[in-house]
Amino acid sequence: MPRDDFIIRIGGDTAIGGVISTGENFTLAAARLGFHTFTFRTYPAEIKGGHAWFQVRISNRSVVSLGDGCDILIAFDQEAYELHRGDLNDGGVLIYDSDLVQPEDGRFIRYGVPFQKIARQELDFVRGTNVLILGVMAGLFGLAPASLEEMVRSRYKRRAELVEKNLEALNYGYQYTKKIQKQDKFWLGTADHVARLIMSGNDAITAGALYAGCRYFAGYPITPASDILETMAIQLPRFGGVCLQAEDEMAALASVIGASYAGMKAMTATSGPGFSLMTELLGLSSMAEVPVVIVDAQRSGPSTGMPTKLEQGDLFQALYGGHGDFPRIVVAPGSVQNCFRVTVLAFGLAEKYQCPVIILSDQSLSHRTETVEKVDTERLSGLVMQRLRPNGVEPGEYLRYQLNDNGVSPMAVPGLDTHPYVATGLEHDERGHPRLSPTTHEAMTAKRFAKLEAARMEIDNEELAPRYGEEKADLGIIGWGATQGSIREAVDRALGKGYRVAAMHPRVLNPLPEERLREFIGSCKQVLVPEVNYQGQFAHHLAATLGVRPLRLNKIGGLPFTPGEVFAKIEEVLNHA
Amino acid sequence: MPDGAKLAPVAEAEALTLKDYKSGDKPIWCPGCGDFGVLSATYKALATLQLQRHEVVVVAGIGCSSRTPYFMSTFGFHGVHGRSLPIATGVKLANPDLTVLVMGGDGDLMAIGAGHFPHAAARNIDLTCVMMDNQTYGLTKAQSSPTSFIGHKSKSTPYGVITKPMNAVLFALSNGATFVARGYSARPNELTQLMVQGIQHKGFSFVHVQSPCAEFFNTYDYYDEHVTDLPEDWDRHDLKTAIAMALTEEKVHLGVFYQEERPVFERTSWEFEPERQQFDLETYLKRFS
Repeated sequence: MPRDDFIIRIGGDTAIGGVISTGENFTLAAARLGFHTFTFRTYPAEIKGGHAWFQVRISNRSVVSLGDGCDILIAFDQEAYELHRGDLNDGGVLIYDSDLVQPEDGRFIRYGVPFQKIARQELDFVRGTNVLILGVMAGLFGLAPASLEEMVRSRYKRRAELVEKNLEALNYGYQYTKKIQKQDKFWLGTADHVARLIMSGNDAITAGALYAGCRYFAGYPITPASDILETMAIQLPRFGGVCLQAEDEMAALASVIGASYAGMKAMTATSGPGFSLMTELLGLSSMAEVPVVIVDAQRSGPSTGMPTKLEQGDLFQALYGGHGDFPRIVVAPGSVQNCFRVTVLAFGLAEKYQCPVIILSDQSLSHRTETVEKVDTERLSGLVMQRLRPNGVEPGEYLRYQLNDNGVSPMAVPGLDTHPYVATGLEHDERGHPRLSPTTHEAMTAKRFAKLEAARMEIDNEELAPRYGEEKADLGIIGWGATQGSIREAVDRALGKGYRVAAMHPRVLNPLPEERLREFIGSCKQVLVPEVNYQGQFAHHLAATLGVRPLRLNKIGGLPFTPGEVFAKIEEVLNHA
Repeated sequence: MPDGAKLAPVAEAEALTLKDYKSGDKPIWCPGCGDFGVLSATYKALATLQLQRHEVVVVAGIGCSSRTPYFMSTFGFHGVHGRSLPIATGVKLANPDLTVLVMGGDGDLMAIGAGHFPHAAARNIDLTCVMMDNQTYGLTKAQSSPTSFIGHKSKSTPYGVITKPMNAVLFALSNGATFVARGYSARPNELTQLMVQGIQHKGFSFVHVQSPCAEFFNTYDYYDEHVTDLPEDWDRHDLKTAIAMALTEEKVHLGVFYQEERPVFERTSWEFEPERQQFDLETYLKRFS
């Protein structure tokens, strides 16, 4: 029986070129035919040269994680073969350049093709190697070549001579596969031809921000967040917004605070090192009660760490970073699809509660692409919020930092409201004037934190803390952020084997959805928290907030969890119970 | 500016006086502080220009002079140390119709925030940056600052300053500021005129003010003796001569060193796409299909 859910990995030196683009093109062509895809990539930190790899999982059913290992490995060079052969699953396929790679006899099926020699000698078109490989992939695994032809045409539409050369290379590769005796079982059937979108986490965050009404963006280039800056730079002016490439991350967040103070919905995006620099200003936005949204696309740290690899290592910084006591909201999307909703939510909470909201993404979520279903704008529109303004209040009576039950006080906008006030990082009275007395500091701190409790009541629900699996479980898994898909697949596998497991994946990490979590924890005999960091940062946070002592599964090294790793832990825990 | 927003209408056309720009809060400064002169020049400049209080934003960082927003009846932002320029940049980019003043000291603008200064100048964003230079850290009580003289003994430099003092006017000129002037707090009328011109100028205006600290580093005698007006026939459009004059050490020149017209960052940014579209998610997402 053919396998129509499989993982293709492509590896090679970026100096040769085409490793990532081969994978992207294959993915795009498959997605256009209606297949579901889920990609993962790592770049070398070098600008030119260094090993890069790209992986796509492809299926005609929904895929939620990168999967386990790989089924098909395309090795551009010996290094790619050496690095990845250990991940090639039993019964998998190795496709390799037969002049450059010497595979040992292995436990997998091998197809050697002299890619570079063909490109050079037969096609006289060295740069066509990756399109040649695409042709071979299409022929071997059943992707209709017409979809690839269409892509080549659109990609090179401004350069007719390149269209012909590439089509020739594509066709050569496709025809070449007729000479290969197919021994594997991987074959894409027909997909449903439903139009889906194919986008990355950063794409979805940017789209969500624009939808939420973000019209000011400032950022400083940093991997893996730079493409949010690049997209905003081109898109914002089209929609009446403005984008600033700042001189550093402090300037980025400072200008976002300034723009928001002046009435714009505003955002910045960065990664760990930049987020560290922003910390003092994070406190200012909370103290002065200026709504801002900060995207932290986490990467492996500390310090410069591994800039192109992932880690969920900034949770402590997002939750607790900064001097003094101040509230902030922290959210974490679980998938590319979820990035829309969580970003719109982030803006809604920032505007409503006039405080900083941090969106924790990570390298894998920011850069991977997924096929996503059509976005339901009706469900999103309810999350869009506008801040409270001093409508109807006499300017002389206006209290910017008025004390009240939910902590939200009216915010005047310069130029638009005739209610001047001073936004300030000093402790202040209701008017915003410095007041450093103990009673003022107590009352104002309580006011600022009251917003967090109001926000908790709003987010403590099924939608934002979804539960999955058995109602009464021997093991409950609580995850956060981009690990969602691997956890879900592991839970499915465990349920299929008769284990009683469940999972919860809250989208808001501060304030925590305490009622939902308590109920979940109460329904599970044991709780496990898998996360891609060494310290177990979320496990700490749950312990501190809810008094639980969860089991932990921690992974570092720069790569995401596979479903198999989470499943293995489930078995280990339950078989030793 | 936020979508669909309009400036709030002004009720009556009554002339605003100096008093109207006062918040009523008493400045916290020590007696004799130069900043009083700068504050009074600021009130006068705003009254001269008849600027509406809700259309003016005074942004400051941290330091004695950065307390200015509290003494104004305009909008204000008292942020964190060194970040007044980027906060003001965000304000101005969000709403180019606002008049934005940045008030701060030599520590705020030439030390902790110095990294932002050349960028604000080079962008030529339409801000008026007034630096009250007292050559010491007053709020933290008498440490040396980036503009302290060589040999100046302070609590943090008990053996005397051995660092060449920063030349703020030169720094502004060499980084593309399009209006550069120097005033003296003890000459508030001239200072008022410099501020008026700075606010009227379309682009990044820098007004360097020698504003002595009467408490920790009293330089009134020094500046009374050393200040002198720029020559009467001074050509303010010659950058090279302005730089040469800024390098002069014998005298401290007052007046407008330099002025040029250059496109203003926020206007240019707002005009990249003259045709504004309404954002429609479905249309936007088509690029991903």
